[in-house]
Amino acid sequence: MRLATRTAYLLALPILLILFWWVTTIGSTSFFVPKPGELSLTFVEVWFGDRFFEDVVPSLTNLVFGVLLAIVLGIGLGVLIGSVRWLRALTEPTLEFFRAIPPPVLVPVLMLLVGINDTMKVAVIVSGAIWPVLLNTIEGVRAVDSVLDDTARTYGIGGFARIRHLVLPSAGPQIMAGIRQCLSIALILMVISEMFASSSGLGFTIVQFQRSFAIPEMWSGIVVLGMIGIILSFIFQWTERRILAWYHGLREVENAG
Amino acid sequence: MLAKTAPHTAAEKRGEPLLSVRGVQKIYQVDAGEIEAVRNLTFDLHPGELACLVGPSGSGKTTLLKCIAGLMAPTSGEVILSGQPVTSPPKDMAVVFQEYGRSLFPWMSVRDNVELPLKNAKMPKAERNKLVHEALEAVDLDHVPGSYPWQLSGGMQQRVAIARAVAYQPKVLLMDEPFAAVDAQTRADLEDLIRHVWKTLGVTILFVTHDIDESVYLGERVIILSSSPTVIQEDIPIDLPAERDQLTTRSAPRFTELRGHVYEQIQIAKRGSGADTEPAPDAEPARDAAGKEAP
Repeated sequence: MRLATRTAYLLALPILLILFWWVTTIGSTSFFVPKPGELSLTFVEVWFGDRFFEDVVPSLTNLVFGVLLAIVLGIGLGVLIGSVRWLRALTEPTLEFFRAIPPPVLVPVLMLLVGINDTMKVAVIVSGAIWPVLLNTIEGVRAVDSVLDDTARTYGIGGFARIRHLVLPSAGPQIMAGIRQCLSIALILMVISEMFASSSGLGFTIVQFQRSFAIPEMWSGIVVLGMIGIILSFIFQWTERRILAWYHGLREVENAG
Repeated sequence: MLAKTAPHTAAEKRGEPLLSVRGVQKIYQVDAGEIEAVRNLTFDLHPGELACLVGPSGSGKTTLLKCIAGLMAPTSGEVILSGQPVTSPPKDMAVVFQEYGRSLFPWMSVRDNVELPLKNAKMPKAERNKLVHEALEAVDLDHVPGSYPWQLSGGMQQRVAIARAVAYQPKVLLMDEPFAAVDAQTRADLEDLIRHVWKTLGVTILFVTHDIDESVYLGERVIILSSSPTVIQEDIPIDLPAERDQLTTRSAPRFTELRGHVYEQIQIAKRGSGADTEPAPDAEPARDAAGKEAP
C-alpha cells in the first residue's frame, strides 16, 4: 500500500507533463518539437543498440570514475586541510580562486596537457566536481563538536581512529551535501568534456545530432541525460538514507522536542 | 541495589595520593588582556575516595577539571596521577561531561558508544563484551543496547556516558557537573547510581558540582572553591554514614548541619572575591585555606 502511494507520487507529475506535451502537440507540425509517440520510437531506435555500448557506456564510465575520484580526493584532502589549522589558512584563499574558475574553460587547457582521451574527460569532471566535496568536508571537519572531541581525547581515541569514528561521521551530513552537488556538476561536465574534439560519448552524439538537424534524435539524447540524472539522484538518496540514518533520526527528535 | 560493603572512608592518609593537584593556576589570554580563572589550587585525592568539588558558578570548576583531565595545560603548577605528571589525557582517567547530548557519539548505538574506548585500546572481543554488558547492567540500561543515544531521555543518556566511563575501568573518574542538565527526580536517581558505582567498583571519583546539597549527599569529602580567581576555601570531610538514601540522609540533622556549613562558606567565598563579575585582584578572605600553601 505504501509502495503504491509512493509510486503514484513519483509518476503523477511526469505523466501529467507528458499528457500536456501530447495535447499541445496534437496538431503541431513544428520541425523542432517532436510528438511523444514519435520521440519514444526514436528513443528506442537510437539508444537500444550498438550506440548504448559505443556512446552511453563510455560516458557513464567516465562519469563514475570522475565522481568517485572527486569524492575520494575531496574527502581525503578535506580531512587533511580541515584538521591542520595552518594548512587551512594557507590553502583556503587559493582554493576559492580555483573554485571560481568555470571548469569548461579548462577543457582546452587539459586537452593540451593531457591529450584528447578518457583521462582528459575524467580530469575535466574531477576539476569541477571536487569543489563542493572538498570545501564541505573542510567545513564539516572544522566544525567537530568540542565536547565530542574532548571525549575522544580523554579516551585516547586519536589518529586514524579519531578520523574514522569522530571526524568523518561528524562531517558526514556536510560531506553528503557536497556529494549531492558534485553529482549534478559531474553530469554537466561529462557532457561538456565530450563536446570538444571528441568522437564518441553522449555529449558528442547529441551535438552531432544537432549539427545534422536530427531533431528527434537530439531530444532523445537529452532524455537519456535526464534519466541518468534521475538514476544518480536515486542512488544518492538511497545511500544517504543509509549512511545518515542517525542524522535524520536525530533531527526528527530535535524538531519534535 | 546497594552493595554489601563500604570499605571507603574519607580522606585518610593512605600512603601515596592517587591524584595530586599542585599549585594549579590557569590564566586565559583574551583580547582584552588576561583572565585568571584559577589562582592556586592544591589538593590530593587518595585511592578510593569520592570527593566533591563545589563552588559558586563561574569559579573555574570546569577549567580546573580540564587541567586535571589533561585537556588543557595549566599556566603554572602541575597535576600528578599515580606519580606521573599529566600532560595529555592519561590512560587511567575517564571524564563524564555535563553536556551528555554532546559527549555521546550520535552515530553509534548505546552499545557501540560504550565499547568504542575499549575497542580503541585493542581489548579482546570477549573481554570487551563482558565489560560492556556489566557496565550497561550497572546503570540499568542493558535493555537498550541497540538504541541510539538521541532516542533516550537525558537521564538515560547520562547513564550511557557513565557506563562508558565505568567500562573503561579508570583509576580516576572525573565528573563535570554531570547532572546539571537533568530534572530533579532523575538527578536523585543518578546520585544514588554514582554512590552505588563507587561502592561496588571502588573507583576514585572527583565530582564537580555547583549544587551544595548534591556535594554533601554524594561526597565523602567536600572541597569548597572560592569565586574566580579560584583558591580552595575549605576542605571538609563528610562524616555521614556510608549507606545513604535520598529520604533519611537528607533529613538527618548532620546533613543539614554540613549543608549549612558549606552554604555559609560559599557565601563567604562569594563576598570575599567581591562582585561575581569583577574579581578583586587579591581575594583576601578566600585565602585562609589555600593561602598557607601559596608560594
